[in-house]
Amino acid sequence: MRSSRFAKSGLGIPYALFLLLFVVAPLFVLLYYAFTNGQGQFTVQNLAAFFTSPNTIGTLAYSFALAVVTTCVCVLLAYPIAYILARSNMRHKSVILVAFVMPMWINFTLRITALKEILTVLEGNLALHPFLNSVIGMTYDFLPFMILPMYTTLMKLDTSLIEAAGDLGANPVQTFLKVTLPLSVPGIISGITMVFLPSMTNYVVLDMLYNSTYIMGSLIGSYFASYDWHNGSMIALILLLIILIFTLFTNKYSDEDEGRGGALI
Amino acid sequence: MRKTIGKLFLILMLLVIYAPILILAVYSFTDSGNIGSIHGFSMQNYVTLFTKGELRDMIVGTVLLALVSSLLATILGTMGAIGAFYSKKLAKNFINTANQIPVVNADVVTGFSICVLLIVAFGMNKESYVPLLIGHVVLSAPFVYLSVVPKLKQMDASLYEAAMDLGASPSMALRKVVIPQIMPGIVSGFALAITLSLDDYFIASYTKPATFNTISTYVVNATKGSQTEIKTALWALSTVIFLIVILAVVVMNVAGRKTTSEKGGVRNEK
Repeated sequence: MRSSRFAKSGLGIPYALFLLLFVVAPLFVLLYYAFTNGQGQFTVQNLAAFFTSPNTIGTLAYSFALAVVTTCVCVLLAYPIAYILARSNMRHKSVILVAFVMPMWINFTLRITALKEILTVLEGNLALHPFLNSVIGMTYDFLPFMILPMYTTLMKLDTSLIEAAGDLGANPVQTFLKVTLPLSVPGIISGITMVFLPSMTNYVVLDMLYNSTYIMGSLIGSYFASYDWHNGSMIALILLLIILIFTLFTNKYSDEDEGRGGALI
Repeated sequence: MRKTIGKLFLILMLLVIYAPILILAVYSFTDSGNIGSIHGFSMQNYVTLFTKGELRDMIVGTVLLALVSSLLATILGTMGAIGAFYSKKLAKNFINTANQIPVVNADVVTGFSICVLLIVAFGMNKESYVPLLIGHVVLSAPFVYLSVVPKLKQMDASLYEAAMDLGASPSMALRKVVIPQIMPGIVSGFALAITLSLDDYFIASYTKPATFNTISTYVVNATKGSQTEIKTALWALSTVIFLIVILAVVVMNVAGRKTTSEKGGVRNEK
C-alpha cells in the first residue's frame, strides 16, 4: 500500500518541475533584472525612475482610473443581468446564460474589431473620445467574466432567507439591501478580480480603439519593443505587487472556487 | 410588470452584445469596405480568407499551437493534479500555490517574464517556437489542474482500494479506475486550454517567432495597417468563428444533456 502511494505522488514531479522552471524562476529573473543595470550591477535606479517620472506615475493613475470606471460599469450592468436571470423562473435560463457568456469564446481582438466598426459609424472619429471608448471596449470584452461568478453566487443563495425576511416584515427593497446584496458579495468580488486587473493591463483594447494614452501594460510593451529589459522588469514587478495586494485583499471575501478558473469552467 | 421590465433589459443587453458581431457578419457577405454603406452581395471575403497564404498560415498556426499546447498542458496538469492529490502536504502546497500564480497574474507580466527568462537570460532562439509553446502551456496548464482537482476530491477512494485488493497494479488501477472517474475534469480542462490559447494575445506577442502570427497578433497588426482586403477578410473570419462557437455550444449542450440524464440528474442536485 505504502509503495503505491509513493508512485502516485511521483506523477506530480514533472508538473512541479515545470512550475518551478517556468513560473517561479521567471519571477526571480524579473527581480534580478529590475534591480540591476546593463552592466549587471545592483541599482535602485529603475525603481526611482518609476516613482519620480511624472509620465509613469501618470500612467499608473490613468490605469487605476480606467480600471475603476470599467469595473464599476461592469458591476452595474452585470449584477441586474445575473439577478434577473437567477431569480426568474424562465424555462430556458441556462440557454440565456450561455448567450451572455458565448462571446468570450470568440477571439477578443475580433470582437473589438467588430465593436470598433460600430463605434466608428456612431461616433465618427474614435480618437475624440479615447477614455469613453476604452471603457466601452473593456466592458464589452470583460462583461461575461463579471456575470458568471455573480450568477453562480445568486443561484446558490438560500431562497428561504428571502422568504423569512418577507415574513418578518421587510419590504422587497429592505430584503434586497439587507439579505440578497450582502450574500452576493463573494460573487461580486470574484467578478471584480477578473475585470479590474485586465483593465489595468490589456493595452490592446486601447490600441485598437485609437486611445494612445498608456496604461501599465503599455509600459511593458514599449520597454519590450526597445529591448529595455531592466525597466520593463521593474514595471512587471510593480504590477505583480499590485496584483499581490489586490489578491490578498479580495481573497478574504471571495468564494474559493470562483476565480478566473471557476467562472471559465 | 417587473418581470417584463427584467426580460426587456436582458433582451436589450443581448442585442447590444450581439449587434457588432451580427452587423459585421452581414457586411462580410458584401463587397463593402466600410460598415454603413450599402453594397451588393459578395463572397469575396471568404474566398480571400481561405486562399490568401498569410491568412491561411495564420489560422493553421493558431489552431496547431492551440492543439499542441493544450495537449501538453492537459497531460502535465492532470499528472500534476493526481500527483499533488496523493502527495505530502509540503509538495501539495507548493504545486497549489505555484499553480495559482499564472491564474491571478496579468498575461502581460506572464508573457514578459517568460520572455526575459528564456530569450534574454538563457538566450533561447525565439524562432524555435519553444518559448511560445512553453508560454502557452504556462497559460493553460494551471486551468487544467484546477478543473481536475475537484474531480479527484469527489472521487470514491474505495474503488481504487478495491481495484488494488483485486490484484490490479497501481498503474493499472490508475488507468482503469482513477482516470475514468476524473475524465470529465480532464476534458473540460482541455477545452478550457484550447479557448485560452486561441484567445491569447500577450503571451504570444512576447514569445513568438518574428514572422509567425496567431489570430490575435495578426488582427492587431492588421488594424494598424490600411489594407481593406485584409480588414474585410477578417470580418469573414469573425463570422466563421462565431458560427463554430455556436455549433460547439449546441453540440456540448446536447452531449451534456445526454450524460446528465444517464447519471440521473446528478448535476442538477449540485
